[in-house]
Amino acid sequence: MIYLKLFLTFFKIGLFTFGGGYAMLPLIQEETLSNGWMTNTELMNFVAVSESTPGPFAINMATFVGTQTGGILGAVCSTLGVVMPSFIIILIVAKIYEQFKKNKAVKGVMTGLRPAAVGLIASAALSLAITNFFPSGINLDVFKNVGFYISVVVCIVMTVLALKKVHPVKLIVASAVIGIAAGYALNLPLN
Amino acid sequence: MNKDSKIYKIGLLFWTFFKIGAFTFGGGYAMIPLISREVSEKKKWITEDDILDVVAIAESTPGPIAINSATFVGYKVAGFWGAFFSTFGVVLPAFAIITVIAYLLKNFNDYRVVKYAFFGIRAGVLALIIKGLYSMYKQVPKNAVSYIVMGSAFCLVAFLNLPVIYVLIGCAVFGLVTSMIISRRAAK
Repeated sequence: MIYLKLFLTFFKIGLFTFGGGYAMLPLIQEETLSNGWMTNTELMNFVAVSESTPGPFAINMATFVGTQTGGILGAVCSTLGVVMPSFIIILIVAKIYEQFKKNKAVKGVMTGLRPAAVGLIASAALSLAITNFFPSGINLDVFKNVGFYISVVVCIVMTVLALKKVHPVKLIVASAVIGIAAGYALNLPLN
Repeated sequence: MNKDSKIYKIGLLFWTFFKIGAFTFGGGYAMIPLISREVSEKKKWITEDDILDVVAIAESTPGPIAINSATFVGYKVAGFWGAFFSTFGVVLPAFAIITVIAYLLKNFNDYRVVKYAFFGIRAGVLALIIKGLYSMYKQVPKNAVSYIVMGSAFCLVAFLNLPVIYVLIGCAVFGLVTSMIISRRAAK
């Protein structure tokens, strides 16, 4: 039953994501790949969509995967799933948050979870990068493909601009324009 | 209508978080200044100190920052239904927009121009993820425990393909145990 599966999967993702930004990426990647809901390429496309539309990454992601696999009802189930754990836990914590804030165990757990998130996102990023730069597996043929060089250059330039705090939406628009221009100019193969 | 009545507050919470959800790009942390302005400065529902608590709690409980903050603020202002409608409000815009986009993507995905655009965009997105990774790295305390956890989490998932959740649980336990050992030593 796809609706229940969507709900439970996103419940699990909501329950095990700590912190903001891309903290959810490793779990989303693992679940969507193993369930065959999305490929790495689709995931990257959609991260871009998510960055250029308003709203939290988690909700965008849940709604998108839900819609793709189970239509509107699927989207409702996955979004409800990703929201539910936070909602319940915060209701509990809101009542006892003075104790919660000072709790040594919570602080201790966070000293492990914060750096873990960095390592896990790095791993997700590596896997996305491999898919992006070596679409047909890691082999030397890639160096004959002009698309590879364009991709590498775009990635390096955009990383520099991102670190200089250029707005993500501008970077995505610029990357799209370069992609279209290079694609038509060099008649890149479509895949 | 009486401005102090609970129903009025709940309605306003929904509308406030709906606006926050509709106008913040990039999620969680980008919402905090908006929440602070709307809920604390303008409406004086909660204090600036509460906002700091919101961030601290949102970071150390599971779930997206946006949802955690909406639920927490809503609960503080108007109890359970406050929490419910704040969360509903912050989710709704993204839900509506993405449902439409998912439909569009399905229908325009095969156009050549769209394929080329996404070819460029994927390289740009990697850059955004690298940037996000770098900002998270900067916030992590620089000590032996952090480096060990970062390195092992990366290797365990990237090379050994261990499930992410097991690695998270392992890192949480490791963090808990080492911080207990360190504080016990400090006490001696």
